[in-house]
Amino acid sequence: MLSIKNLHAAIGEKQILQGINLEVKPGEVHAIMGPNGSGKSTLASVLAGREEFEVTEGSVDFQGKDLLEMAPEDRAREGIFLAFQYPVEIPGVSTINFMKTAVNQIRKYRGLDSLDAVSFLSLMKEKMKLVEIDQSLLNRSLNEGFSGGEKKRNEIFQMAMLEPTLGILDETDSGLDIDALRIVANGVNKLRSKNKSIIVVTHYQRLLEYIVPDFVHVLYKGRIVKSGTKDLALELEAKGYDWIKDEVEAV
Amino acid sequence: MSVTNISKNSTNDILQSLSLNGSGDMKKLRALALDTFRELGLPPQKNEEYKHTPITRILEKNFDFSITNPTSAFHAWEEFTIPELDAYVVVFVNGEYKANLSSLKEIKGVELMTLDNASEKHADVVTKHLGKYADIKNDALTAWNTAGWTSGLYLSVADNITIDKPIVIHYIMDAEKGQVVSLFRNLFIVGKSSEVTVIQKFNSVGDSNHFSNVVTEGVVNENAGLNFYQIQADKGKQYQFNQTTIHQTTSSRANAYTFTLNGELIRNNLNLLLNGEGCESHMYGLYLLKGNTLADNHTVADHQKPNSFSNEIYKGVIDGNAKGVFNGKIYVRPQAQKTNAFQSNRNVLLSDGASINTKPQLEIWADDVKCSHGCTSGQLDEEALFYLRTRGISKEIAQGMVLTAFAGEVVDAIKIPALKTYCQQLIADRLHKTN
Repeated sequence: MLSIKNLHAAIGEKQILQGINLEVKPGEVHAIMGPNGSGKSTLASVLAGREEFEVTEGSVDFQGKDLLEMAPEDRAREGIFLAFQYPVEIPGVSTINFMKTAVNQIRKYRGLDSLDAVSFLSLMKEKMKLVEIDQSLLNRSLNEGFSGGEKKRNEIFQMAMLEPTLGILDETDSGLDIDALRIVANGVNKLRSKNKSIIVVTHYQRLLEYIVPDFVHVLYKGRIVKSGTKDLALELEAKGYDWIKDEVEAV
Repeated sequence: MSVTNISKNSTNDILQSLSLNGSGDMKKLRALALDTFRELGLPPQKNEEYKHTPITRILEKNFDFSITNPTSAFHAWEEFTIPELDAYVVVFVNGEYKANLSSLKEIKGVELMTLDNASEKHADVVTKHLGKYADIKNDALTAWNTAGWTSGLYLSVADNITIDKPIVIHYIMDAEKGQVVSLFRNLFIVGKSSEVTVIQKFNSVGDSNHFSNVVTEGVVNENAGLNFYQIQADKGKQYQFNQTTIHQTTSSRANAYTFTLNGELIRNNLNLLLNGEGCESHMYGLYLLKGNTLADNHTVADHQKPNSFSNEIYKGVIDGNAKGVFNGKIYVRPQAQKTNAFQSNRNVLLSDGASINTKPQLEIWADDVKCSHGCTSGQLDEEALFYLRTRGISKEIAQGMVLTAFAGEVVDAIKIPALKTYCQQLIADRLHKTN
């Protein structure tokens, strides 16, 4: 589904990704962990098409298409979804209207008719249940004045609405208390299926108790330096990142 | 030096062109204003009030004030009406009142006629108010208007009357056969506990330049309310000087809404004089500029008595080589304790050629007041655009959504549904480049 080869990316003069290789197959959940500043969020941003980052080398193939050639909106229409670490507040745009536009833009790209008001509403009601989000929140301006937990839940709600093939969760767990974390994780788990994949970018192992990954990768200095199963996450939790750093430096 | 000379000539041309119609007090007022205008001349470039708007140079470059307006047989004004809006309609074409196009019905407790008629029929009321609120002594263009206005509306509402429908004034400039210069003068008097809504709409036909000098004075008596909307969205070569002064007395309300979407030069002076306790005033402004439009909004909230509230929200989206100017004055006079006065001016610049000069000017002589102001100017929020795009929304639509939401704060304040829908459509047409 997703094939990242030798990906290098920079912001200004600063090289952040220095040769990432990653294969994600349909139905798989990959966790990307690593110390602060290792390039985790940059990888998520580059996949979503954030323009501040310049890809200096490498390729990303998504379902047979060159992802790096595409505008952010086309990546979304092709089935990529990024749940933001810091969801943006947009005053005056309600989540409902915004989602209606988004859903219909994606449908149009796929050659489908726009959803009528009734179908949209019933789709929305169904997805609201999934992430236990209240309608009153969705009537309000997008993310404006939302608590941290509400913002993250809204991200997962949007993911549910847009039904992406590849969901990328960028530190969706950071700053959440355990109840909010459980709700968000449950929402994500309900979206798992054998042809949908998820990349979970996280600093902590805690989220992975709820969203159990097939693979765990450790990112350090812009490279994946270690890959393993979910046990690797437990090991990282117990031992920290220093032993990984030592291993890398020793080579 | 040469600039001064040309300026003198234009001033002379204007002086020559004016005919001081009327008799008695009106004639005296016109003569007085004429002297003032002769003395002041059109504003020189160093005039602080016109610092970013070289109005004299622009008018001189584009108008010959020695020629008279062409005649007009224009009557197809329906294309300029606001859809679905049930209203009393007054139509002026090239500065002349058109009775056959207007629907000035008898409204109980309301005197609605042209100002020239009123200066005969209600000479005492007109004498009492006309030229008493607008600054005819220091502002040359207001003096010019006072000396030479040719028509305009007189609206006087008795006490305890709520007019059932808004009054729409259509100012149509027929510039098919050459340049048009028109001077309009309005006087609105709202009686105690009465309520009235007036909408001013400016349109034109033809390709020639047209200049309108529109001066409006409003008096809002005790516990009364005046809602005053202006729609400046003419697609012709519009040049306009627009001076509105609203005098408020105890517990009165004034809401002014100014929408500026097109024009070569638009200068709006909006002055609210809160000369009573417990007044409430709102000034809403939205300017969406493109091309070479220069739009200058100067506003004043003058708190003269205690316990009043004023709030101002002006927002601008500026594209192309357009230029915006905002100057917002708040005066709180020594006796105006417990004043609440707020002002905000926010601007989004969409191109490298677009510019904005914004200046809040607060002068506070009282010590127990709450005043605040804020202004921002910047680019569109890139992070917001990226966020919307990652949800599959095209860049153009995302930009339209963010800008429409930005403008929404002003548009949402419109109280008349049909007018709101109309303005939303105007704004959507401008902000959604593709859909």
